[in-house]
Amino acid sequence: MANFKVNGEDKTLDIEPDMPLLWALRDELGMTGTKFGCGIAACGACTVHINGVAVRSCVTPVSAIEGQEVTTIEGLATAAVGSNPSNPALTAVQQAWIDHQVPQCGYCQSGMIMAVSSLLAQNPNPSDAEIDSSITNVCRCGTYPRVRRAIRSLATA
Amino acid sequence: MKINRRRFLLSSALVGGGVLIGYTATRPSRHRRANTEIAGSGESFVTSLIKIEADNTVTIYVPHSEMGQGVHTSLSMMAADELDADWERVNIEQAPAIDLFANGDLVTGFAGELGAPSFLAPLISVSAVKIAELANLQTTGGSSSVRFTGEHSMRYAGAAARDLLVQCAAARWAVPAAECTTALSFVHHNATGRSLSYGELAAEAAMLEPTNEPVLKTREQYNIMGKAISRNDIPAKVNGTAPYGIDAQPEGMLYAAIRFAPVFGTKLISVDAGDVLSRRGIKRIVQLEDSVAVVADSYWRAKEALKSVDAVFEELGNENVSSASIYEQFDASLAVDDSDEDREIGDTQAAFDSAADVIEANYRVPYLAHAAMEPMNCTVHLKDGRADIWTSTQDALGIKSRIASILGIDAENATFHHSYVGGGFGRRLPFNWNVIDHAALIAKEFDVPVKTVLSREDDLQQDYYRPAVASNFKAAFDSSGLVRGWHNRFTGPVQTPGAAHIPYAIDNQSIRVVDGTTHIPIAAWRSVDHSQQTFFTESFIDEIAHRAGKNPYQFRLDLLSEHPRHRRVLETAAEAAGYGRNLPEGHALGIAVQESFGSVVAEIAEVSMDANMRPVVHKVTCAIDCGFAVNPDTAASQIESGIIFGLTAAMYGEITIEGGRVAQNNFPDYEMVRMATSPEIDVHILESDNTLGGFGEPATPPIAAAVTNAIYILTGQRVRELPIKNHDFGKPSLAKA
Repeated sequence: MANFKVNGEDKTLDIEPDMPLLWALRDELGMTGTKFGCGIAACGACTVHINGVAVRSCVTPVSAIEGQEVTTIEGLATAAVGSNPSNPALTAVQQAWIDHQVPQCGYCQSGMIMAVSSLLAQNPNPSDAEIDSSITNVCRCGTYPRVRRAIRSLATA
Repeated sequence: MKINRRRFLLSSALVGGGVLIGYTATRPSRHRRANTEIAGSGESFVTSLIKIEADNTVTIYVPHSEMGQGVHTSLSMMAADELDADWERVNIEQAPAIDLFANGDLVTGFAGELGAPSFLAPLISVSAVKIAELANLQTTGGSSSVRFTGEHSMRYAGAAARDLLVQCAAARWAVPAAECTTALSFVHHNATGRSLSYGELAAEAAMLEPTNEPVLKTREQYNIMGKAISRNDIPAKVNGTAPYGIDAQPEGMLYAAIRFAPVFGTKLISVDAGDVLSRRGIKRIVQLEDSVAVVADSYWRAKEALKSVDAVFEELGNENVSSASIYEQFDASLAVDDSDEDREIGDTQAAFDSAADVIEANYRVPYLAHAAMEPMNCTVHLKDGRADIWTSTQDALGIKSRIASILGIDAENATFHHSYVGGGFGRRLPFNWNVIDHAALIAKEFDVPVKTVLSREDDLQQDYYRPAVASNFKAAFDSSGLVRGWHNRFTGPVQTPGAAHIPYAIDNQSIRVVDGTTHIPIAAWRSVDHSQQTFFTESFIDEIAHRAGKNPYQFRLDLLSEHPRHRRVLETAAEAAGYGRNLPEGHALGIAVQESFGSVVAEIAEVSMDANMRPVVHKVTCAIDCGFAVNPDTAASQIESGIIFGLTAAMYGEITIEGGRVAQNNFPDYEMVRMATSPEIDVHILESDNTLGGFGEPATPPIAAAVTNAIYILTGQRVRELPIKNHDFGKPSLAKA
């Protein structure tokens, strides 16, 4: 049995200990906001938070997160309640993504938003170099200039 | 080829007192036939629809896939503007994949251009677009949605709907229609201060015969078009709720992981599945002609089990093919020069015979994968002669009819469930049937839904690739140093007619294509042939400029006197990029310009070499003449996207062939531009009187040459083969250390 919390709810799953969290979320729990991109932690589409820190779920076996707190894109706003008074359904990062019209195809953006949220929680005013070294997600549509603009708008807010 | 457009407007009453308006555009010869068929079967050949309901909401059905290009919003803006609708009360809906919403305008639109792209070729004959096949097409590609469906369907549908509503209001008030005005989903009669909402008029409007040629607005009259309006698909893309094909989870679904014949075109001989069937969750091993699949109750279980399945595939001889052997084959083909004409101008042979100076250069580019972020996938449920289909596609109607035929059912008995598309770039166009065919064949073995998903490895190794291409150039100069001859031989096939043509005023040009057939499957890849041809031609013209001792910017301008759009974008980009002014120490600017998909784009890359003599692209300045940008912010997004897509290819992109198969496995060896390597991008959108140009693709072609032309200035080394990462630019010089 695997036991962990997802967006505040206790989950108990009868699955193999080596099943990656990505597939536990998508196929066992039906939570499809977290995306499969590469399966080897090379693209970041599957990024979630474990205890508030960005982790690539496609290479994280559920045995490694026993009893821990998982936050996915679906629960990001709830986890950060009050961070965006103008629209409690969205975090400030999500709102900035709308304001700057960041997503294109959008497939990588769950992971991108989770990675950026984690970065800003640890470092509210990152330099360009810090953004470059911590946000290594692949976006095939090339939304990087807008990702940077959106991060900048939050950092200087 | 000139297309004489006729539009056939169709309207029908809605249950509950509304009106549906749609348009189709076909050739005049088809008018009678279309009308006959339509009269019999309702709205068979409507290409786009507007629905107005009694509560004054307007719903616009968009017959194109939303893959991040903002097409749902842009096309709706076009219809809503002509309708004079209140944008706040406009709903946007994906048009369902039924033939009522076929978007055949795209075909006729392309027929009016230099020729159809190859992905549409099977649908087009020289004389006419086949009407039955038009009904099967709902394609999104070729930077065409706004240009063709938008211009030829959505705007007309909006204008005709407005016209009907005005007629109804005028009749009710017993005033001339010309005295009525429209704004924000109301008709007004200002002289008497009366107003009626569109919703109040909709039921009556549905009874009227609509005009086939409504009057469109002029640009000065636009209220919605031309504004940077927020895309309707973005909110769902920031909270994880946007559905993609891969997210389908119908009740009782199973999952298939699949292994293909690694060498393209070979068949499966035998399978040894070992103990796989006894493992948890494994349901079945399915053997197909060219692949084997494990079906399980979880994708991960299927994928893990597949690792233990041994499969033997036949060997047909292509096991010896490599990238090196393909390039040797190309070189041999170029040397023999048994070529087909692409363009011949003047007497090129004479220009070379009398030349005072000749330069020659050989260029080549490798295969490229699409690598959309959403791995290829398709979910099919066949039960009791009916099918449900979920997949991210650039052609829902085409996919539906293909799967129905594989399942042996009528397309009418198949339901396509639309989703957002996690990247297309050409991979999800019709005729790229892997993994659509496989998903259908696997699902045929079950009566529950089966979702087939490619691993990233298979997504890279079982693609339909941007072809590898080699190109041989020569230029002839006369005794006064003027360039008088342009010779180009390149390996085919030609997917985009005209992509190798140059706009420069060189009197004698011989551009010909030689055979470049290999066993590697190829397809359209964002900007298609422009992606490689622009790298070739804009590099070689740069070589000519340097050989002539001219400034490459001024040299281009001097040869573009007949091409004011090219001059304008070059001048705008040069001004914005600070061309000719002081740059930071060690920086250089490279230029390239190309017309594609109706837009003319100039890009200037500001590049330096880092301490390890690796190029760093700091900034790209882009000017585009697109005629008009329906949604300027979406247009800018697409340009940024196109540049980064092309930059990834230029810097890192290569699919190599070893042992007849693709050598790359996953993102580590098919690297992408990321945040750290993404340049600043400065976009200048120039409007003009020209017809609308595309945005999705035209920014991709120029970037490679812009970067390598800058590298030449910095290092004296001419990059004639991509990707740039494979080049050794030497050791850092002491002066720079």
